Amino acid sequence: MTTSHYQLKRVDLIFKNENDWKQILSRSLKRDQTDIVNSLISSELKGRGGAGFPTGLKWKLTAEQEADTRYIICNADEGEPGTFKDREILSQVPLKVLTAMAVCGYVIGATEGFIYLRGEYKFLEKPLNNAIKEFENYCNDIGFHFSIKIFMGSGAYICGEETALMESMEGHRGEPRNKPPYPTNNGYLGKPTVVNNVETLVHTYTIFKYGAKKFKDLGVQYSRGTKLFSISGDTPIPGIYELELGMSLQDFVDEFGDGDTKAVQVGGASGFLVPRKRFAETIIGYKGKLTGISLPTGGSMMLFNSSRSMFNVLNNYLDFFQEESCGQCTPCRVGCQQLLKGIHAVKRGEKHASYLKKLIKLSETMEYTAKCGLGQSVANSFSSIVENFWEEMVF
Amino acid sequence: MEMINLTIDKKPVVVKEGTTILEAAAEIGIKVPTLCHMKLHDMGIENKPGGCRVCVVEVEGRRNLAPSCVTKVEEGMVISTSSIRALNARRTVTELILSDHPADCLTCAKSGECELQDLAQELGIREIHYKGEQSQYREDTSPAIIRDVNKCVMCRRCEMMCNEVQTVGVLSAVNRGFDAVVAPAFEMNLDHSVCTYCGQCVAVCPTAALTEVDHTGAVIRALSDPSKTVIVQTAPAVRAALGEEFNMEAGNLVTGKMVSALRQLGFDYIFDTDFAADLTIMEEGTELLNRLSKHLNGDKDVKLPILTSCCPAWVKFFEHQFPDMKEIPSTARSPQQMFGAIAKNYFTEKINVKREDLVVVSIMPCVAKKYESARDEFAHEGNPDVDYAITTRELASLIKLANIEFKSLPEEDFDQPLGESTGAGVIFGATGGVIEAAVRTAYEVYTGKGLEKVDFEELRGMEGIREATIDFDGLDLRIGIAHGLGNARKLLEDIRSGKSNFHAIEIMSCPGGCIGGGGQPYHHGDASVIRKRMEAIYREDANKTIRKSHENPYILKLYEEFLGEPMSEKAHHLLHTAYFDRSNKIES
Repeated sequence: MTTSHYQLKRVDLIFKNENDWKQILSRSLKRDQTDIVNSLISSELKGRGGAGFPTGLKWKLTAEQEADTRYIICNADEGEPGTFKDREILSQVPLKVLTAMAVCGYVIGATEGFIYLRGEYKFLEKPLNNAIKEFENYCNDIGFHFSIKIFMGSGAYICGEETALMESMEGHRGEPRNKPPYPTNNGYLGKPTVVNNVETLVHTYTIFKYGAKKFKDLGVQYSRGTKLFSISGDTPIPGIYELELGMSLQDFVDEFGDGDTKAVQVGGASGFLVPRKRFAETIIGYKGKLTGISLPTGGSMMLFNSSRSMFNVLNNYLDFFQEESCGQCTPCRVGCQQLLKGIHAVKRGEKHASYLKKLIKLSETMEYTAKCGLGQSVANSFSSIVENFWEEMVF
Repeated sequence: MEMINLTIDKKPVVVKEGTTILEAAAEIGIKVPTLCHMKLHDMGIENKPGGCRVCVVEVEGRRNLAPSCVTKVEEGMVISTSSIRALNARRTVTELILSDHPADCLTCAKSGECELQDLAQELGIREIHYKGEQSQYREDTSPAIIRDVNKCVMCRRCEMMCNEVQTVGVLSAVNRGFDAVVAPAFEMNLDHSVCTYCGQCVAVCPTAALTEVDHTGAVIRALSDPSKTVIVQTAPAVRAALGEEFNMEAGNLVTGKMVSALRQLGFDYIFDTDFAADLTIMEEGTELLNRLSKHLNGDKDVKLPILTSCCPAWVKFFEHQFPDMKEIPSTARSPQQMFGAIAKNYFTEKINVKREDLVVVSIMPCVAKKYESARDEFAHEGNPDVDYAITTRELASLIKLANIEFKSLPEEDFDQPLGESTGAGVIFGATGGVIEAAVRTAYEVYTGKGLEKVDFEELRGMEGIREATIDFDGLDLRIGIAHGLGNARKLLEDIRSGKSNFHAIEIMSCPGGCIGGGGQPYHHGDASVIRKRMEAIYREDANKTIRKSHENPYILKLYEEFLGEPMSEKAHHLLHTAYFDRSNKIES
């Protein structure tokens, strides 16, 4: 399939604020927990942080664990280069997020929730705390016991990885854990824990409000609902847009490009670079059985026009990874650095261009040996940039 | 316990639930290579961060490879430990580690003992495909331990020992990405930290990132200086381990050969720290009985329990971490320092050599002894009581250097008068030994009766914290034993909170006591080595004719000729010490 059937559809669900969170909360708390989980499952909502785990299933697995305590954590450590949507959600509709956290708490049996807030979003701490106060007061009024605390991150990208995030909250060095066990069994302080991205939680709010069907009617098969996109780079209209999932990248570029787009980085530094020749066959959504290439994204869409050096782009990503790797596992700690040094050696002519092939192989090995998503996804941008812009790497 | 069925390399295997893939493979004779992983069986010590990724294996149906040291078996798993993907991954990962490692194997202190070298050998690595950058850190030298951080592979074993086992908390991962490395806080030097120099980090480091300060050169210089009389003392735990350095089975007692080798090396007198251990018992045992009788007489100010003070890492530990309790430990110096004081004050007189012309070398299973011998209070006008403390490993390298064929050496005896010792002195080398030696003497002195049985089995073993009550003819003497500083911390916290009801506690910093010391031949994660050394120590004790310190004739003579009686003024001056509050002080 080379042409898309799906047109770009703008939607306005997330930022539309009808200030109805009290009704949504009260209404949800009257529902049966299983009923809520089932409706989430039937909505086919998948995690919006980028990994795309089914949200309803995550809640269900956590609720089913034998435990005296469970937690819900809102992952607001938005650090993927080119992503800035969660910041806007927390600025504009924080009470939707808080409501969703409370409903999750109700469903899984958690009385405490945490927002892990990116260190650079310190300015959001005060307004968020005000919102939390208002929210908790209301919970008190209706006799629902749920508290929310903000945990400030300190600027490490890796702490957005859910297990590193929990290590950080526990006062340890922010390093991902070995999985399994997953947080649904063994999370914060060893207790079953739901970790949801800010946007995911807002989507559950949409589902609580309008029902699973309305959500599922949006998007395409395997990629239901809408998604916030953080659009940056060579575009005349950068910003945050809520779009239905399942669009073709060609349609996307037609709308947001500057007429000279040569490539789009989908999903930030840890995502894929798509060159112009593949725009038409690329669908933005989760991996499914659709023909063509489906690329998931946490929402970062960076457009590059022909004035950009893809070598510089890759250099920038690798520099970022080698600095942000937690450093505990060999493939990521050393691999990122040797990839970075390697492309420079080729560029300077100290190594033959064929060395790039070795480096691609190295990045592939990192993909299946690194401990967490960081090291595993370096290959995404590395091979997609090197393979598609070979000449720019060498000359 | 539920049993799990799985297949590894086409062989079926049934293991207990909770077993890791690595362990399950080992059960059917498949050894998956590892680097960061280390498990000291029965000691409750395990390092498995799943960080090096050397042990990755293929699990059917799994997208990526699984680190076998941390992945637990599941019913029906089909595993291949040597699929092409796993083999490639293992080699690539090892090449990456080597790409960031100085390739100075030929001149490296760890050559031949290096687990990274072994791994590269095992995997047949002949080329490093991904050379890019090598880390450059500055070297950090302290009185006892050298950190050559360029050789750190981030296995985190030292961090685990320092934090979880020893609860000292000096070493931990710092920085991110390529710069991530294990270091003291703010990458300060070790001697600016609360490091106790216990050396357990050195004992587990797979490479030469952590090694002891090498004093062999200084010892050789002293031995070749005709104006110096060079004497040597050997700690009890050394004889139970030295043979390992010469490919002898662990647990071989090589006392006689060791003496022979030292004589060949040119030491003028070969003495035994065991002698000083007997002396320690005289002083510490007397101190215990003094405090005990004061306590029994209703003296409320007397400090009990009394804590042993032989272990320099332990001393530094409480000076940093429990300075409010620095009056509790026995004031008795360690055997090494008692020996030094006696050598430089008594033995010099005997042989008519000036203090500055006598060089005292000690052979210790320990790296902290280097630090202890350099403490200011153990020197007289700048001349230390013990000039050089070298480890068991350093002694082995001296022996090799002198072209001595260790295995075929004859067995020889120590010199007199500072070479005679009892079984009580020998068992200082194992956890529980000091207190057992003290009990043998204190019992007879306190009760006035002879012991029918000198073996106190209840005080022996590998449990981290042990308790026993010994009947002192109607008085129940309550004894505590801890080895490993984390266990010591627990006992100390109980004392601080008033929960403890012990009369006496023995504390050793290293797991197993001195036999597991940081200066011993590398155990490479095999805890059975430590156990065998322990058996050897008790064997040596059982074979001794005299097994109680107060029956050592040369000790009795020393008191008669020189010291007077235990705790006399002279003894106090030469054999006792004081402790310092180091809680606010960073040493430099």
